Amino acid sequence: MQRRVVISGIGVIAPGGVGAKEFWALLSAGRTATRTITFFDPSPFRSRVAAEADFDPELHGLSPQEIRRMDRAAQFAVVTSAEALADSGLDPAGLDPYRTGVTVGSAVGATMGLDQEYRVVSDGGRLDVVDHAYAVPHLYNYFVPSSFASEVARSVGAEGPAVVISTGCTSGLDAVGHAVELIREGSADIMIAGATDAPISPITVACFDAIKATTARNDDPEHASRPFDRTRDGFVLGEGAAMFVLEDYERAKARGAHTYAEIAGFATRCNAFHMTGLRPDGREMAEAIRAALADARTAEDQIDYINAHGSGTKQNDRHETAAFKRSLGDHAHRVPVSSIKSMIGHSLGAIGSVEVAACALAIEHNLVPPTANLTEADPECDLDYVPHESRTWPTDTVLTVGSGFGGFQSAMVLRRVT
Amino acid sequence: MNTSVVVTGIGVVAPTGLGVNKYWAAARAGTSGIRAIRRFDATGYPARLAGEVVDFVAEEHVPSRLIPQTDHMTRMALAAADWAFDDAGIDPARWPEFGMGVVTASSSGGFEFGQGELRNLWRQGGEFVSAYQSFAWFYAVNTGQISIRHGLRGPSGVVVSDQAGGLDALAQARRLVRKGCRLSLAGGVDASICPWGWVAQLAGGRVSTGADPGDAYRPFATDAAGHVPGEGGALLILEDAESARGRGARVYGEIAGYAATFDPPPGSGREPGLRRAIELALEDAGMDPSGIDVVFADAAAVPELDRTEAAAIRTVFGPRGVPVTAPKTMTGRLLSGAASLDVTAALLSIRDQWVPPTVNTEPGVDHHLDVVLGAPRELPVAAALVLARGYGGFNAAMVVRRAG
Amino acid sequence: MSVREATVDGLKQILRQVAGEVDGVDLDGDILDRTFEELGYDSLALLETGARLERALGIKLDDSTLNEVQTPRQLLAAVNEKRATHPDAA
Repeated sequence: MQRRVVISGIGVIAPGGVGAKEFWALLSAGRTATRTITFFDPSPFRSRVAAEADFDPELHGLSPQEIRRMDRAAQFAVVTSAEALADSGLDPAGLDPYRTGVTVGSAVGATMGLDQEYRVVSDGGRLDVVDHAYAVPHLYNYFVPSSFASEVARSVGAEGPAVVISTGCTSGLDAVGHAVELIREGSADIMIAGATDAPISPITVACFDAIKATTARNDDPEHASRPFDRTRDGFVLGEGAAMFVLEDYERAKARGAHTYAEIAGFATRCNAFHMTGLRPDGREMAEAIRAALADARTAEDQIDYINAHGSGTKQNDRHETAAFKRSLGDHAHRVPVSSIKSMIGHSLGAIGSVEVAACALAIEHNLVPPTANLTEADPECDLDYVPHESRTWPTDTVLTVGSGFGGFQSAMVLRRVT
Repeated sequence: MNTSVVVTGIGVVAPTGLGVNKYWAAARAGTSGIRAIRRFDATGYPARLAGEVVDFVAEEHVPSRLIPQTDHMTRMALAAADWAFDDAGIDPARWPEFGMGVVTASSSGGFEFGQGELRNLWRQGGEFVSAYQSFAWFYAVNTGQISIRHGLRGPSGVVVSDQAGGLDALAQARRLVRKGCRLSLAGGVDASICPWGWVAQLAGGRVSTGADPGDAYRPFATDAAGHVPGEGGALLILEDAESARGRGARVYGEIAGYAATFDPPPGSGREPGLRRAIELALEDAGMDPSGIDVVFADAAAVPELDRTEAAAIRTVFGPRGVPVTAPKTMTGRLLSGAASLDVTAALLSIRDQWVPPTVNTEPGVDHHLDVVLGAPRELPVAAALVLARGYGGFNAAMVVRRAG
Repeated sequence: MSVREATVDGLKQILRQVAGEVDGVDLDGDILDRTFEELGYDSLALLETGARLERALGIKLDDSTLNEVQTPRQLLAAVNEKRATHPDAA
């Protein structure tokens, strides 16, 4: 008998709200948190809109040395892990360190720290042979994003398996999926799992400019993220993190824990097609969805809500619409589908976990978050995308999907714990 | 009952040679690939030695179409993947597309590619940043490019745990095969020998500043003073044992046991997690310590870390209780490529019944380790233990053994 | 860098630099009216090519241009039209 894995604690940092409560308040109100970039002068760039989180590490209990040592993404991971642990009601001192593991997803690691430090050691790009005398002592922590997992493990006292999962924009789903697997196989009883990314930095903005993947709707930042809309013109770069306490169901039940949802199924596939492009037929994502449903022993028509990848690029939203139809058949037309990226942008590797948090909260509240800014649907995107306003909706079983550079396609099924 | 998962193909890119045979011949001869850095002017840095893969000419192994969009490490990984499939006698085009996957370990991504684009950004401006920067530097790039090149559409992944990653990737591949994937290509091929990567590694404080390639990297020596970084690694084809047997595949050995642990917080005074990883890996393999014929050490060459590793080995196997070797003394430490290359050496030791030597070091007697020094040692090898640790507290242990 | 006008030879040189060559395609032959797809260049290669042309000539292509052009002749026409409307560039 396979062990069942449940979410018993949630921590979120997202644009527009630090903490799971504020995050859910933003989503259920359908508010957008996209704005003109404030972290640096965006004027030289094509895309000048982002979804930034208002986050003060000191306010969240990090010490001056921790702040210095950790890239912003690592700070997110540590703070959201603490929130998740507190939310779970577990006594941190009572955790069995050997049976507690960590997985952290991240697509781009300590990009922000690396960008800033490169600028210094190269003296503004002038030096090819960069100057080690100007390197900060914790540069190695930026060099290897595995530091995100080690910081989290250290902060929660986990001594079981720890790893960073980095599969581009499916990292956040894959890190949770990996953690579920470790509990199922018995390598751990509790996993502190989730994902983080803080990519709003000149190098990231420039590289997405170069492939015109991000929006150029600079004069209307609040409405720039427009998944499934006819006028969408690219995604809005975001940042954030979500970490969870994942627990063996029997264990959670025995201690009388509040559980948000069971992670019932997970699967991932590759399109083996193109590093950035997607085949319009959605074939590999459909295959991942079918495999995740099989893993969850769930029929297509049991899905009550789909949390879409919905990045707002021309290609993605059609690809994914095709994948839903291909995998769910007629049911695709009956089930509400929405993209929370319309409100909080696309935080690359983190977003998959942030979306898992949204799914767990949708089950908790029987409320489906909307797709903001969806004024006029693309004729090729003809599903029920829950425009503008959240919808009260009996939500027991949820499908969430992700799609990433490198061709990764992942799908996860969450279910109300019964 | 978990299915047995075996290795049927290997592709190696090492500082001591391209391909399994050259690497293994150099290991037998005790030839070192550690030299003065050639790829950039390192004279201004305190450390100037590396294990560079000097004879890898990308154009000979990678289509010209892919050269502008790939980092050096990805080109080497693409070559290693080709060789692993050849070695396994597998043409992926004839296999079920959703039944094949790839799991790579990464430590720092395509750092040299990233360096070039960061320079373009800060020297000239955002519009000089390449379209390829959106993926060429990131940690998932080797998995993505290999999956595209060979049409691998099954479950795939990327793990990052510094030097422990090579084992974590193989373990994840074993999981996927056990869950029904017909084959998984797994391991690590890594490189960050460029000024920006060098400065970052120097900041880690574990790089040897020794100037003599003959004694710069001295794991377990009383005066150990850090390691020499290298580049390269190995990718291995993992298959279900029964299906491998069914197609008449040549089998190197079985991935029999694995475990990963994390160290307690610094200053806790508690024992580091390596011994526990070893014991859990043995348990996973269903073996007693007595079944292990050789240990491939992590060999950090940092005194405290060497003491920890020696103590873990001693506690499990007894003083001088098992031969220990570190062929990475010939290649340097290859970041996420290190451990899958050590697994390769372990499998070849099982095949050939000799163990490659540890060179250029003289272990301290108080470690009580039986280190295979200077020359290869002939001995019956049915099972080997491979250890790997990553910066920050990651431990991994893997048992490989002769397939039953 | 001062380049008067984008030529097919200049374009070939950029294509080789940014995306190499595909086996079986002779870039030295007459490629003006063959599609980029036939020549083995995908959307990324075209984006990278467009960026190089923009920098070399000091122009800014419309976002839609690189989606619309299918052949080297069409790309060169679009680029040189921008040249004509930006006489003070370069």
